[in-house]
Amino acid sequence: MFTLQILVNGIVLGCLYACIAAGFSLVWGVLNVINLMHGSFIVLGSYLAWGAYNSMGLSPWLTLAIAAPLFYAIGYAVQRGLLNRVIAAPVLVTLTLTFGLDLILNNAMILAFKADYRRLILEPPLGTVALGDIVVPIDRLVAMGFALVLTGALYVILRKSKVGRAIIAVRLDRDAATLMGVQVKSTYAAAFGLGAAMAGCAGVLLALIFPISPLSATPYLGKAFVVCVLGGLGSVPGAVVGGLVLGLVESFGAMAFGPEHAVTLSFALLILFLIFRPQGLLGKRGFE
Amino acid sequence: MIRPRDVLLFAAILALGALPLVGESYTLRLGTFLCMYAVMSVSWNVIGGLAGYPSFATAAFFGLGAYVGGVLLTKGAALLVALAFAGAIAFGGAMLLGAVLLRLRGHYFAIASLAVAEVLRELTNTATDLTGGGMGLNIPLGTLPAGGPAAEATFFFLAMWGLLLLTLVVVVTVEKSKLGFGLVCIRQNESAADMIGVNATLYKSLAFALSGVFVAMAGTLYAAWVHYIEPPDVYDVLFSVKPIVMALLGGLGSTAGAVLGAFAFLGIEEIVWRNYLQVHSGVLGFLVVVLLLFLPHGLVSIGRRFKAARVRQ
Repeated sequence: MFTLQILVNGIVLGCLYACIAAGFSLVWGVLNVINLMHGSFIVLGSYLAWGAYNSMGLSPWLTLAIAAPLFYAIGYAVQRGLLNRVIAAPVLVTLTLTFGLDLILNNAMILAFKADYRRLILEPPLGTVALGDIVVPIDRLVAMGFALVLTGALYVILRKSKVGRAIIAVRLDRDAATLMGVQVKSTYAAAFGLGAAMAGCAGVLLALIFPISPLSATPYLGKAFVVCVLGGLGSVPGAVVGGLVLGLVESFGAMAFGPEHAVTLSFALLILFLIFRPQGLLGKRGFE
Repeated sequence: MIRPRDVLLFAAILALGALPLVGESYTLRLGTFLCMYAVMSVSWNVIGGLAGYPSFATAAFFGLGAYVGGVLLTKGAALLVALAFAGAIAFGGAMLLGAVLLRLRGHYFAIASLAVAEVLRELTNTATDLTGGGMGLNIPLGTLPAGGPAAEATFFFLAMWGLLLLTLVVVVTVEKSKLGFGLVCIRQNESAADMIGVNATLYKSLAFALSGVFVAMAGTLYAAWVHYIEPPDVYDVLFSVKPIVMALLGGLGSTAGAVLGAFAFLGIEEIVWRNYLQVHSGVLGFLVVVLLLFLPHGLVSIGRRFKAARVRQ
């Protein structure tokens, strides 16, 4: 019974991790840019949810509708104005540039909100649901449901919409896509915008569950890395599989070794995967 | 071949050694940080600049050195013994780790090297008996020369300065040797270098180890100097990023550039710290962004740019 409870916890956590990592994986896979601002985007989304609820009484699911276009616009502008200028430069340059941008964003958040932990508390609380011995808080279930819907929406956008097809075309063969009339620079910006929108929405959902602080940005980024490597770059189903694997490993690992070893455990997993299966569980060779 | 740039570099660093004659403790403190930063950026340049592998492991080596040295000092070891031990452990560890991590390239290597510091930080945090865990580690004053704070400041400045000289001598020698040439070949085209007989795995591991050994020793000196270390302090990710920024600021790939970058960086950091403490990481970020977008080849390229502009006129 106890094991079943841990399994359910792991799955709930895993779906949220999938949502955290899907946008990150898209940006990495398509642009070959590791967006170190991803964690701060997530925290910013949490603050948006917190602010909207406390000042206007807007519930987090409604905030999602604001967060998605807002973060898309931010991401689009960052890519268009800054990252596109160095996109052809070596890895070190793009990585360091997003790090610099993240320092600015994170510092701005610390100035604006202080480093204290805040909590979004719904009134009235949603309570819990019990199935036999297994108890799950409803807010977690709702957040998990939205996370799956968002990840699914990203998948559909990439498959069906014109922008999504363009993104996939650019990822597969940039030169051929250019010849077919795809605007590479604005496609890059759209991909980055989608990644930012996913981060912002994930942040809105996480505000329901975890305390909010600019200091959480790095741990979220770490999760995104691990999930991305586990699942495979640039693949939305990969992010879901990777997220579930990480969620389960963390839950069972915490039971076996104690919660203080969670980071070591997930990074050990990361290193093992990097060495033995760098293309990830669902990834294809060539996107490494 | 000895270039005039190297002669100038060594002359400048030697002249820096005269600082205790004129300096008060604030200047000496700055000078010590300057030497520490220069050790870090020159070291990073071996793996990042010469071999072209974007390593984020500097903080891991620094923290490892601080803790290995710090624990030894609390057990009563002499400073030189602690330094030698920290350097040896960093060298051996980096050789082993390098053999695994350096099979990765690009982003994957960058992340894996970043992860090393995180794992070490957590291990240090959980090994409470040895390291004090989150409580931090107090390092006794016993190993110090008598004579109060002024003598102490002079002692640690000279120690860090000596370490910088040692680092420079080793790194410049390596740069001019077969190893240095092999590393540049690896940066330009690793498969081709492998094919013409450069033992890429060995060379990369050596470069990684060299990028760690002096940083670890700087960590030990830092621990002895400040007398108190804690994991978030010495495994700070900024210790990994600052050397990169310094190397970029000075000009990627050249040792003189790395030293110049450390000088310039410390100057900027000091001005920012002194006047705008609250936004210092934001200003650092701004500096990084501006640097990458407008001066991607660093300060050493400014002269070249002026020349090019004059030719165009």
